[in-house]
Amino acid sequence: MLEISNLTHTYGSGPGAHHALGGIDLRVTQGELVCIVGPSGCGKSTLLRSIAGLLKPTGGTITLGGTPVDRTPDDLAVVFQDYSRSLFPWMSVADNVALPLRRKGMDRGRRRAAAEEALEQVGLAGASGKYPWQLSGGMQQRVSIARALAYRPSLMLMDEPFGSVDAQTREDLEDLTLRVRNHHNMTILLITHDIDESVYVGDRVVVLAKAPATVVGDLRVDLPGPRDQITTRENPAFVHLRAEVGRLVRGMRSHPAAAS
Amino acid sequence: MTGRPPLSSRLLCGAAGVAGLFCVMELAGRSGLIDPIVFPLASTVVSRAAALAADGEFLADVASTLGAWAAGLLIAVLVAVPTGFLLGTLPRVEAALRPVLEFLRPIPSVALIPLALLLFSDRFDMKVAVIVYAAWWPVLINTMYGLKDVDPLAKETLRSFGFGRMAVLWRVSLPSTAPFIATGVRLAAAIALILAISAELLAGGASGIGTFIIEAGGSPDALEYIIAATLWAGVIGVVSNGLFTLAERRLFHWHLARTEGAR
Repeated sequence: MLEISNLTHTYGSGPGAHHALGGIDLRVTQGELVCIVGPSGCGKSTLLRSIAGLLKPTGGTITLGGTPVDRTPDDLAVVFQDYSRSLFPWMSVADNVALPLRRKGMDRGRRRAAAEEALEQVGLAGASGKYPWQLSGGMQQRVSIARALAYRPSLMLMDEPFGSVDAQTREDLEDLTLRVRNHHNMTILLITHDIDESVYVGDRVVVLAKAPATVVGDLRVDLPGPRDQITTRENPAFVHLRAEVGRLVRGMRSHPAAAS
Repeated sequence: MTGRPPLSSRLLCGAAGVAGLFCVMELAGRSGLIDPIVFPLASTVVSRAAALAADGEFLADVASTLGAWAAGLLIAVLVAVPTGFLLGTLPRVEAALRPVLEFLRPIPSVALIPLALLLFSDRFDMKVAVIVYAAWWPVLINTMYGLKDVDPLAKETLRSFGFGRMAVLWRVSLPSTAPFIATGVRLAAAIALILAISAELLAGGASGIGTFIIEAGGSPDALEYIIAATLWAGVIGVVSNGLFTLAERRLFHWHLARTEGAR
């Protein structure tokens, strides 16, 4: 459903130019949860912003569901890392979730109902009348996820979504993401710098090298489901995969046994 | 929230301060430290001011000043907010107009009253024009400042859902600039009152607090009347500022909650 071919992007020009993306090729099929992992500053966010149509890449093509992305695609939602800046403080939680639905031409009642439903799915049924800043960080990020869910996008982009919450909340939100993905059969592209997280959440882990970013690894994660924070993480296949991804992120050669 | 005493105790302290000043003034007059003929007793001024509150002529003057104040402030806001948005969203227009703005801004508005007198034959229009000019600056500057403060990620969030430029301006930039605009309006209200009375003092005219003060100069109790009327001007200023502050807190509690939480 998402096809990226030879995507390049350069900030600025001349000798001071920064080459962020150096020819990225990536295909994501319907219903897949792909994690993109790479060292910080490697161009992960540039890639995400290009897919979301927030940034015009210098070269290459992106097609979503067969149509080329030249502006923000209609059925796409983004969950940003910085929930406190991404949610609107002057609106209640329910209004935040319902706002994007105006784009779908839904009337007030239907927007409200869709928002309540999405909030219930992320475990925030009672919080709709509150303001975002009255909630904890983890709950605020749940609101962002609910806002994306209510929009029912065919592709959900998540940019370091759990980077600003504590470890326990992080695990809860990872499981929440897996749960809603199964429920909606959504396609998700999740960007992270956390190797364990990429293996735990992903069906596939795509590893980017340092800027200018290129794909240096594309690993299928074949772990028994449903995944569980304790048993999945002690599974030998998990341990093996995270080591493999770790090597790729650090720019080491692939372990001979893993090449098969 | 810490470090600031509750509102009721702050009101109490304020009232004590006012009462204390009153007593000191009264004592200074009665003990002969200040000759009551040179400067009237505090109690005389207050009773004169109380009498003025029931004086129909003075009340008509107050109404005239407040009318020009409200009209001028309203026009200033209606002109300054759209201008601020225009300059804040079109950098080229802002760059072109910046030198003009930088030149005009330091000119004291009071200095323009003689010019306004020549331009407007009607005294009320003149008063309103001067108020509009003076009051539009804080509103304009705060609107532009507030727009610069709009979080780019908030705008990007809405764009990522496919909203266009105008929708982002209306749904993100305007609400997040609103608290800054409100502060600008509160500052402008204080400046507008100063300009209204200054224009009346300098240009006379049919009615107004300033006109009352000028005309009181001819009466035997001139000093008492002048100070009593000035006292009322101060009261109007304090009350208007209090009302604007209250409205800001009510409307933009989300802004306060965030900025205080960030500390």
